[in-house]
Amino acid sequence: MPSKTTNFTLSAMLAAGLAAATPLAAQTADRELTVYTYESFVAEWGPGPQIEAAFEAQCSCDLKWVGVADGVALLNRLKLEGEEAAAGVVLGLDTNLVTEAKATGLFEAHGIDAAAVEVPGDFADDTFLPYDYGHFAVVYDSEAIAAPPASLKELVEGDSNQKIVIQDPRTSTPGLGLLLWIKKVYGDDAAAAWSQLKDRVLTVTPGWSEAYGLFTSGEAPMVLSYTTSPAYHMVAEETDRYQAAAFDEGHYLQIEVAGLLKAAPDKELARQFLTFMLSQEFQQVIPTTNWMLPAVAIEADLPDAFDKLVKPATSLLYEPQVVAENRKAWIDEWLNAMSK
Amino acid sequence: MSSLLTRAESRAAVLGGVIAIAAISVAIAVPVTALLWRGTTGEAPDLGFDSYLLRVTRFTLLQAVLSTLLSVALAIPLARALARRPSFPGRVWLLRLFAVPLGLPPLVAALGLLTIWGRQGAVNDLLTGLTGGEPFSIYGLSGILLAHVFFNLPLTARLLLLGLERLPQEYWKNAAILGLGQWTTFRHVEWPAMLQPALAAASLVFMLCITSFTLVLVLGGGPAATTLEVAVYQALRFDFDPSRAVFLAVIQIALTIAALALLRLTGGRDDVSELMVTGQARPDVHGRAAGLVDMTVILVAALFVLSPLLATLVAGLSADLPRLLTEAALWRAGLTSLGVALCAALLSLLLALLLIRARLQMPGLGAQRTKHGLDALAGAAGSLVLMVPPIVLGAGWFLLFRGARGSILLPLILIIIINAMMALPFVMRVLEGAYRTAMSRNGQLALALGVTGLSRIRRIDLPALARPLGAAFAFAMALSLGDLGAIALFGNDRLVTLPYLLLQKMGSYRTADAAGMALILATLCIGLMMLADRSVSRQRSGTQKNPQKNKGRMP
Repeated sequence: MPSKTTNFTLSAMLAAGLAAATPLAAQTADRELTVYTYESFVAEWGPGPQIEAAFEAQCSCDLKWVGVADGVALLNRLKLEGEEAAAGVVLGLDTNLVTEAKATGLFEAHGIDAAAVEVPGDFADDTFLPYDYGHFAVVYDSEAIAAPPASLKELVEGDSNQKIVIQDPRTSTPGLGLLLWIKKVYGDDAAAAWSQLKDRVLTVTPGWSEAYGLFTSGEAPMVLSYTTSPAYHMVAEETDRYQAAAFDEGHYLQIEVAGLLKAAPDKELARQFLTFMLSQEFQQVIPTTNWMLPAVAIEADLPDAFDKLVKPATSLLYEPQVVAENRKAWIDEWLNAMSK
Repeated sequence: MSSLLTRAESRAAVLGGVIAIAAISVAIAVPVTALLWRGTTGEAPDLGFDSYLLRVTRFTLLQAVLSTLLSVALAIPLARALARRPSFPGRVWLLRLFAVPLGLPPLVAALGLLTIWGRQGAVNDLLTGLTGGEPFSIYGLSGILLAHVFFNLPLTARLLLLGLERLPQEYWKNAAILGLGQWTTFRHVEWPAMLQPALAAASLVFMLCITSFTLVLVLGGGPAATTLEVAVYQALRFDFDPSRAVFLAVIQIALTIAALALLRLTGGRDDVSELMVTGQARPDVHGRAAGLVDMTVILVAALFVLSPLLATLVAGLSADLPRLLTEAALWRAGLTSLGVALCAALLSLLLALLLIRARLQMPGLGAQRTKHGLDALAGAAGSLVLMVPPIVLGAGWFLLFRGARGSILLPLILIIIINAMMALPFVMRVLEGAYRTAMSRNGQLALALGVTGLSRIRRIDLPALARPLGAAFAFAMALSLGDLGAIALFGNDRLVTLPYLLLQKMGSYRTADAAGMALILATLCIGLMMLADRSVSRQRSGTQKNPQKNKGRMP
């Protein structure tokens, strides 16, 4: 390094450094709505881009997505940011989290007519609106596994050389879903079940996207996802290679919801978005981008692939209140079992 | 050393030292106090959680001990083979290659290792092809050990090689004349020469592994393979459970203090950069079979270190780099990273210079007691930095400012402080020796010429130190550029650095993008490291007209 560089003026360089480090201010639009959601929702192949275009066409506003790893991470982020959360709408929590989310005091009643909503168990809430639902399932690669597990029990007790990628229940709603699923089926023996399943787990990812990515790249022959996931491969890739395993004990249900933040900078716009969320324009995008079932009956037919999917005979679901009371204890139980 | 500063300069140096010590103490004591305060006032963690805490602590120790044992055990034959083969073609390059992991961002290394050792990687392909068995999994303890060996084997081998090459040439001549066998030479000559550096390296590696964050986060694969650092991060960002984070952080500090004590005990202060690139002639080494064994060892080690780097290069080049380079997000993250690294490196250099200057101005001012006190304090400030690993430091600030969410400037400043602290021990190491030499060479002259104060610093001290300063600066920047710890705690959608963006791309399964970004980040860091390496070696060859020879040091 030439010796000239040592004659630098420290303050000038510090200033330059700080200036470079401060991200450029965002361009301003007339009205602006920020929606906190999970990563896969805003991915280029996810619903985000289409929904953004459709909503911006009718609101003359700028819709901004902020994606975090997964649904539970959303709640963590809200708890951390508190009133400083710079968003109007939070989209991507599920019914397991709504009691806890309400307890933060950060949400307010949406005040929107939700009569059109049709989800299993007729979930209705004055703060959170469902936008889609689905059942969790173990999705497997039929080229790597000839006989997939036919029950949760077989998954837990099966060959530990056949690996599965799961998500962390502390950050991810599918991860939390599996935890609740096992709790529902095994009850007090859940910890023992996890200790056994542990050897089959290749890795625990913070979010669904990463887990599914590892699965499709061939790192593991199984992944925790949804009964609807194979539809993506049938429609977009025209292959039956990836299938969901039907489990005898039934499948845990996930109803995904969105809510309005009390501190929303533009509440009217936020409400407009929530109304839009239940409209055909939004709902028709969901099945073939988020690969979940719409929360409102859609006029267009679903692709044929959806008829070939596993239809769970039994839906399993805890009351939000029960999850809120036990989530921490059950996650500690999971941590304990998984760290043995 | 007699005083080479004027009275006024001494006073200024002391003042500067006091300021630096105060700044470092504040940067570290404040977050630690915040942690402890939170720990005593917050609710105690649930009892059911104790066993998890115990297991995380146990695993942290286990992986660190195993990583250390593996790194040192494998480095012994490697260093020996390298010492026995002093002049094969490419030896100089190989030793340079061994310096690369030191500055490589852990996240990039983890990606490279996954490409080679993952289920779909070359090694598994080869093994399943040969044996037809199940592919092995890189996730968990095996992956962590692999990554730690990747980072620490080259470092340890360099330290051991240094030990061997410090031996006077006569040792090898005598061994040849006496016709000592390989084993006898090892037992009576090589091993004694490697023992001390091996202990020093072991404690250094243990220290590095016990605070390992990124590698464990990416390759750990779940709660069974979680270290304290990762658990602290998860307690804050996953659970938002401050009391749990505090307990974990306190255990982490206790472990680091123990490791630090070990490091001091074994005198782990060897300077790898002093490694001579051309080895000594080895008249004692002969025989074809022995040569084959040596070269195989060297070749395997070279492949082990080179393959993840090559994988990063190949995967990165096959990414859509032109498109990636037009992405605003990448440029924003890149500028943020460079800005942070620039500030952190400057801050680190400034603190280090102030500390060194204060420590080295020996007699000439005030009572002896003050000076000893100051010297000890400056030393303690350096240790303080090592005691509190970046994630723990970050956790303290995080709790103090509730995640520092409100503004963008506050988390930026915190990340800069944490990165500067991280780099400080390394910067001190590079600068202290150089400063001492420069002082003894120019001090009398400056006094005689009457060049004092700022003009002396500007005209004499800084130019003399230009190269080591450049080296320390480049190294500190590389460290900061590759850091994921601080940004993992404070990062958000508005505050993104290159490693953070890379982690996001990995998470959202944009592997091609991730590979391209890994290449960009690796190029930046390795480029800086090479700059640092070159300025150090040029400094040495430029100033040492009579390179120290081992002649005349006959035992």
